[in-house]
Amino acid sequence: MTSAVLSPEAPAVIARRRPQARAAYLIGAISIGVIAIMGAPIVLSALASVKTAADASAAPPHYLPTALSFENYAKVTRFQAGLATYVGNSALVAAIAIAACLAIAAPAGYGLARFALRGKEVAFLVLLAPIMIPYQAILTPLYLDFAKVGLVNTHLGLAVVHTILQLPFSVFLMRSSFEAIPREIEEAAVIDGCSTWQRLTRVFLPLTIPGLVTVALFAFINSWNEFLAALIFMNQDTSFTVPILLVSVRAGKFGAVDWGALQASVIISIIPCLAVYLVLQRYYISGLLSGAVK
Amino acid sequence: MKRTRPSNQWQGWLYVSPALLFVGVFVLIPLFQLVAMSTTDRSLLGGGRFIGLGNYIKIWNDAGFWRALMFTIKYTIVLTPILMVLGFALALLTADNTPLKRLTRTIVFLPVVIGLSSSSLLWFWLFDEQVGLLNKLMTDLHVIAQPMVWFVSADLAFWAVVISITWKVLGFGMVLFIAGIQSIDREIMEAAVVDGAGYWTRVFRIILPLSRRIILLTTLVSAIGSMLAFDQFYIMTSGGPRGQTFTAVYWIYQNSFVSFKLGYGAALSIVLTVIILVFSTLQIALTARSQAR
Repeated sequence: MTSAVLSPEAPAVIARRRPQARAAYLIGAISIGVIAIMGAPIVLSALASVKTAADASAAPPHYLPTALSFENYAKVTRFQAGLATYVGNSALVAAIAIAACLAIAAPAGYGLARFALRGKEVAFLVLLAPIMIPYQAILTPLYLDFAKVGLVNTHLGLAVVHTILQLPFSVFLMRSSFEAIPREIEEAAVIDGCSTWQRLTRVFLPLTIPGLVTVALFAFINSWNEFLAALIFMNQDTSFTVPILLVSVRAGKFGAVDWGALQASVIISIIPCLAVYLVLQRYYISGLLSGAVK
Repeated sequence: MKRTRPSNQWQGWLYVSPALLFVGVFVLIPLFQLVAMSTTDRSLLGGGRFIGLGNYIKIWNDAGFWRALMFTIKYTIVLTPILMVLGFALALLTADNTPLKRLTRTIVFLPVVIGLSSSSLLWFWLFDEQVGLLNKLMTDLHVIAQPMVWFVSADLAFWAVVISITWKVLGFGMVLFIAGIQSIDREIMEAAVVDGAGYWTRVFRIILPLSRRIILLTTLVSAIGSMLAFDQFYIMTSGGPRGQTFTAVYWIYQNSFVSFKLGYGAALSIVLTVIILVFSTLQIALTARSQAR
């Protein structure tokens, strides 16, 4: 009975549904295609890195390893001064850059957001100057200045350059983080007799942790990946950072490229970025969007 | 309240001062040094005689510089629309929050967080004529008869870099566009559906016009990045063949740190800074306006 009553309706519903279902399948298929194309390079590189050295340099190549081997990784571990030195260099430079960005940008954001300073918009524009002046342009004078005071080939020197790169974004982000805190919270702290410093450290900083994490995250990824300044400032093979190591692995010992070792070092260089991004994805995306939308 | 104000001024500036000091010492002073250096014939070994605008006149007649600048502009003009159109298409594809679309978004965005040096070497390997899997795939699919040698031709090398960078930064535009699409008022979209507007009508009449500002901003950020390209060319083409793929930054690097013509390199840097300034001023103006709203 019910089916008879519904039947006149049913064909119309199906007719309307069918193109939609087809579109959904099409969208699903396109998505899977996109995933395959975008994911393939990293997957293929990872697979090549665990080939045997001979297999990795085979011409024509095989898509999949014929045997599992970690000799490429072993080779990179022993490359020149040793992988540990290069990863250590990159990690130390990134750590100093993160610390500097936080230590400089957090108070600056606090000052700009929470004090009625005369001329603060001018100060803010000055702090955004490194966006307008590409750091690529000032590397020569910086190099000469750093050479005079012995900062070339030091972790601190390169970390300073990476801090320059990251500071405008960090100040911008910290300023909006501090501005987002309701006035009532500050007023309560003032009534309790907190000094401006106590307000910053005890009241505000715990509330701006998402902003601080985002600043640290961007400082890490951009320092870890930065190439040009590292190429110019770190010119001894013991002071190389990971991106420079990659280029020297490619250059090889006798001119012939060691493809297996190259893919192993590519994978080593991207693992920290992927790990940090996948864990802190939410912060990364919100950082990217700050200023762009809203 | 009024009595505490002077001390508040003083304290507020104290918090901002480390940042101002840092930018002053490590950005503004070097900038002045750069300007001064650009008027000298200084090299890494010495020199430093004042030659006025000599370097700038030399730039005007430097065919290598103009070729590098034109190449950089060509790279920017070709790459930016590809990134914007594909990024927007991917944003349309993945803007809803279903699990498959979230996964697609994450995978498309992954290359954005890895280093340019890593991605360039990854693609350098994929493009290789002997061991490269891209050549292997294209021959297996009968797209090409035999492996192509990508880096002996300036045109092929150019496209190899464009392909690798598209893969590397596509997710950046996509994420910004998704945010733009998701911020559009649901009621507007529902009203359009009720009015019988089809999918593409909604895309072209509602989504695109309402995303105009974010599209412009993303285009600017992307174009600035392309105008400053260096890593990908240094690694994949080394400027070759025959210096046909030098970019503006690469030309500065060559002059300053390979030929050690520091004065001349400084003048080139100033010219590039002025070009970038036009783009970045627009970018900051747009960002500031969105903050004010």
